[in-house]
Amino acid sequence: MSIVVCAEQRDGSLRKITFEALSAGKSLASASGETLKVLLIGSGVAGLADELKKYGADEVAVVDNDALANYTADVYAAVLAAYVAQENPALVLFGHSAIGKELAPRAAAKVDCGLVSDCIDVTFADGDYLFKHPIYAGKAIGNYKVAGPVRMATLRPNVFAIAENDGAGAVVDFAPEIPASKVSIKATEMASSDRPELTEADIICSGGRGLGGPEGFALIEGLADALGAAVGSSRAAVDAGWREHAAQVGQTGKVVSPILYVASGISGAIQHLAGMGSSKVIVGINKDGEANIFNVADYGVEGDLNKIIPALIEKLKELQ
Amino acid sequence: MKIVACIKQTFDTEAKIVVGGDGQISDEGVNLIVNPYDEYAVEEAIRTKEKDGGEVVVVTVGGDKTQEALRYCLAMGADRAVLINDPVLAGAGSYGISVALAKLLSEKEAGFDIIFAGKEAVDDGAAQVPSRLAEKLDLAQANVVTAFELSDGKATATCEIDGGSETLEMALPALISAQKGLNEVRYPSLPGIMKAKRKPLEVVTLADLGLSADDVAAKVELVVAELPPARMAGQRLTGEVDEVVAKLVQLLQDEAKVI
Repeated sequence: MSIVVCAEQRDGSLRKITFEALSAGKSLASASGETLKVLLIGSGVAGLADELKKYGADEVAVVDNDALANYTADVYAAVLAAYVAQENPALVLFGHSAIGKELAPRAAAKVDCGLVSDCIDVTFADGDYLFKHPIYAGKAIGNYKVAGPVRMATLRPNVFAIAENDGAGAVVDFAPEIPASKVSIKATEMASSDRPELTEADIICSGGRGLGGPEGFALIEGLADALGAAVGSSRAAVDAGWREHAAQVGQTGKVVSPILYVASGISGAIQHLAGMGSSKVIVGINKDGEANIFNVADYGVEGDLNKIIPALIEKLKELQ
Repeated sequence: MKIVACIKQTFDTEAKIVVGGDGQISDEGVNLIVNPYDEYAVEEAIRTKEKDGGEVVVVTVGGDKTQEALRYCLAMGADRAVLINDPVLAGAGSYGISVALAKLLSEKEAGFDIIFAGKEAVDDGAAQVPSRLAEKLDLAQANVVTAFELSDGKATATCEIDGGSETLEMALPALISAQKGLNEVRYPSLPGIMKAKRKPLEVVTLADLGLSADDVAAKVELVVAELPPARMAGQRLTGEVDEVVAKLVQLLQDEAKVI
């Protein structure tokens, strides 16, 4: 049997989460003795197979078809289910990305199997897979088992380490029947920004009500530029209309786990901590010494962010 | 038009989570609410009815207490509610819940034009039921929707995707999963609350739906829940701006090694 990773690509580039899932899949395959396969779906994507081989896949299955140029849940789920029917894998891994969150449950329903979403760890011991998934927005962690024969899981981005590995890397074509989608894509609008995507970013600079107004985010953007970071926001700043909801970090926003999270003018409500509590290093900048953010920050800077952030930007620029 | 809203009753987002001696989450003394994302779904269902006419049916799987969540939605303006209440479904998870809902919506409550659901529940954060339901009912779906419009029998939905947004168009019937930003959720009015008490709320069992315990048996088992490792307060930096900033940068470089 096998472990299958469902690769994710956008406009001909593989997403970082695909390498994370492959790396996790490789170590699981070593533990369980399964072969590691990766399924690549798209149009004109065959050239990406080489890149996938670097992460230890024994086989890269490519479904290359004009009809698959754009992702739609119903069609991609049908392709995936056809591959699962052929391979009968023990485990299928997806990224817990916008696509994975939709595709994995749709495919799981088609295959009639169990799925654990948003895993932060998957291990193999005593002949079974164990999945760790934060519940209640990270206030607790559930340890799950899935009744086989097929199991599915989506993996939280930025949590699983990427490791290059040797694999046989045979490339095979897979050509299932491709149904017509029930939806048509009318427009796609990508935020015009050189900054990394929030859930993939290594560094995130977030701002909250303490910024005093939407113009306060200029400081956060300046800091983000100096650090090559993404920009996030607290719910308070989103609810006040200073920032769009896509930037919100927290229980009713995005869950992120960057290497460095800088929270400026954010009090640290439980709802915000739920979204960034798994960051490796947290810096809190706040003038209120009693702010809750200081209870979780590795480095708590107490003071006026309007003075601290410009000085910090200057200092970081000196280093470059 | 028949408009369905799927909801889930969840813990209040402010609830403190306690793991019981059995390794499972304890619900003792916890305040229960309608999952916040499902409120956007109910609101959009009511707005669609207000614009295009028809009825709004709220459906869920739950226990006796879940009637409160349904009454809340009826007070918001939904017309009637169906609760699938069966002890077998306790702990059924996304798989069993979607099987039960799909059966309800393909037989007893067949003939819907549109289903609204929240994009995920704030308790298990699984985000599975809407997509599973769309597949089981063979529907077009739009996920994580921040804008929705219905005209000439066609639905147009703007979906949040990683790093941007996408606008999808689909014929009905379709399933729309709601994201924050889709609308402003109304509070039930006093007359709304009074009226809700007399609106139909039907309770059905698995047997009523023609399902057996095997049909909804959980595929995923929560072996044990645990509390996450507590994060400790670290170092506090106070003093002159230049000194604090220099110290912070030095710590991030040499101690944390993150920049």
